[in-house]
Amino acid sequence: KMSLSAKEKTLVKTFFSKVSGRVDDIGNEALSRMLTVYPQTKTYFAHWQDLSPGSASVRKHGKTVMGGVMEAVEKIDNLCEGLRNLSDLHAFVLRVDPSNFKILCHCLLVVLAMTSPEDFSPETHVAIDKFLASVSLALSEKYR
Amino acid sequence: MVAWTDAERNAITSVFAKLNPDVVGPNALARCLIVYPWTQRYFSKFGNLYSAETILGNPMVAAHGKVVFGGLEMAVKNLDDIKKTFAPLSELHSEKLHVDPDNFRLLADCITIVVASQLGSAFTAEVQAAWQKFMAVVVSGLCRQYH
Repeated sequence: KMSLSAKEKTLVKTFFSKVSGRVDDIGNEALSRMLTVYPQTKTYFAHWQDLSPGSASVRKHGKTVMGGVMEAVEKIDNLCEGLRNLSDLHAFVLRVDPSNFKILCHCLLVVLAMTSPEDFSPETHVAIDKFLASVSLALSEKYR
Repeated sequence: MVAWTDAERNAITSVFAKLNPDVVGPNALARCLIVYPWTQRYFSKFGNLYSAETILGNPMVAAHGKVVFGGLEMAVKNLDDIKKTFAPLSELHSEKLHVDPDNFRLLADCITIVVASQLGSAFTAEVQAAWQKFMAVVVSGLCRQYH
């Protein structure tokens, strides 16, 4: 299990507080991209009317996902405990195959690089990559 | 053989035309060495790789980044036959350099991220899909000769 150093936690918190005003757009972009670039992920959203990039469903869900990410930033010191409810949800209700966490994380990194090229330095990149991997791990805690 | 739609060809070639070879290759390689530090195992002859700063300032990393970019250029110019074009490179990476092929995916992801930061909003979802398909074909070409 990769743990984050104090410096990395600071990098993560600083970066996300800088983009906090844009998280809804970021969520929408990342999710829209995921559905386009990795069409197999659409299988989880067959119940939506409109899966096109930027649709109302996609926007709404992007906001939900980013809400989870921002919550994780707050609880960065104890992700497994802090994300317990979300972990239960993903394990017992949603049952999203964990390989998809990596896919969404990648799309999120691409969007962060696109929209914050100056701030998304290599050091910030590795800190956020580790953070998102830890979040993914926390979310799949209860899977089996 | 890989089937490219016209839209994909256009996306790939137009992205590539916008890339600065002095920036993208070096930045992507440096990023890979920083974000996935275990990849440094292949560059023990590159001297100082102790920190993000030294990696970013290391002239051997920059030079090799340009070599990698040259490889990408070759792929873009041979979109319909990347497999054959890359056969010698694949053999080199397998037989001589002994690079774990999983690392190609890591570098490809870093390249994608650097390209995204260069292109900004021009890197639309469709363009990203085409670009990642291209990177997957390049990676596959490099993996081919492994046995």
